[in-house]
Amino acid sequence: MNTDLLDTDGVAAAPRRNGELVFEAPWQSRVFGLCAAIVETCFEGDREPFRRQLIAAIAAEPDRPYWDSWTVALEQLLLASDLIDELSIERRIGSPEDPPA
Amino acid sequence: MTEVHDHGHEQHHPTPPSPIERRVAALEELLTEKGLVPEGFIEEVNRIYENDIGPMNGAKVVARAWVDPEYKARLLQDGTAAVAELGFGGPEGNIVAVANEPSLHNVVVCTLCSCYPWSILGLPPTWYKDAPYRARMVREPRVLLREMGCVVPDDADIRVWDSSAEVRYLVVPERPADTEGLPEEELAARVTRDSMIGVGRL
Repeated sequence: MNTDLLDTDGVAAAPRRNGELVFEAPWQSRVFGLCAAIVETCFEGDREPFRRQLIAAIAAEPDRPYWDSWTVALEQLLLASDLIDELSIERRIGSPEDPPA
Repeated sequence: MTEVHDHGHEQHHPTPPSPIERRVAALEELLTEKGLVPEGFIEEVNRIYENDIGPMNGAKVVARAWVDPEYKARLLQDGTAAVAELGFGGPEGNIVAVANEPSLHNVVVCTLCSCYPWSILGLPPTWYKDAPYRARMVREPRVLLREMGCVVPDDADIRVWDSSAEVRYLVVPERPADTEGLPEEELAARVTRDSMIGVGRL
């Protein structure tokens, strides 16, 4: 398993409060784990493609909260790699009778 | 371990999920359906980040201190520098190492918030941030430690260290008696996260 998913410094460093990694809501740890899974199953543990997306996502909107940018980066990586398509994401979000688990 | 819980602390959110929550949930569902997210993987990643990866750095520091008295002396003299010798550390303030002795048990708390030596111990355990832990470890450390499964001998003093943004503490537990001759790597595997916070003994 990739054990080096998080930058500890630099622009893509995970948020820390007084030095401590911060997940402020369960979805943030979900998207973190989700990304780890994709890096493992689709990129043979190579986190660089994701890291490049993350840096780009942060650069595009520097004020956006970190885990929001992380989510955007993951989505861009999935789209760019044809692992998922935009329409199916929107469809899934948009079906209220099938609420997300 | 007994977790320190503030009863009534658990909150249920009747509010509908936010757009980002729905987005993440949708991604998780789609990727899971495609078989790209092995069952239990996300939980496992979070568990590992909390328990294994970070603490291993601290465990290597402790194991080195056990086998190399000169390193231990440097560690107790200047924790930040000694930790950096092994390639660890981060931008999170000074690391001060405090060593347990037969007559002294050290334990770390952050009474103000939840300062923690993240670079060497990984993610803090959830109880570390709980108000009862933060308050009781100062008020009645021996009682709380016992409740957490850490029995400190009656004739040993307990010293409680209060972390801050500037100073993070690392407890160097005593080397267990049955580890004579073990290689450093195996020694490190014996060092638990809890023992380096001071809520466990080896």
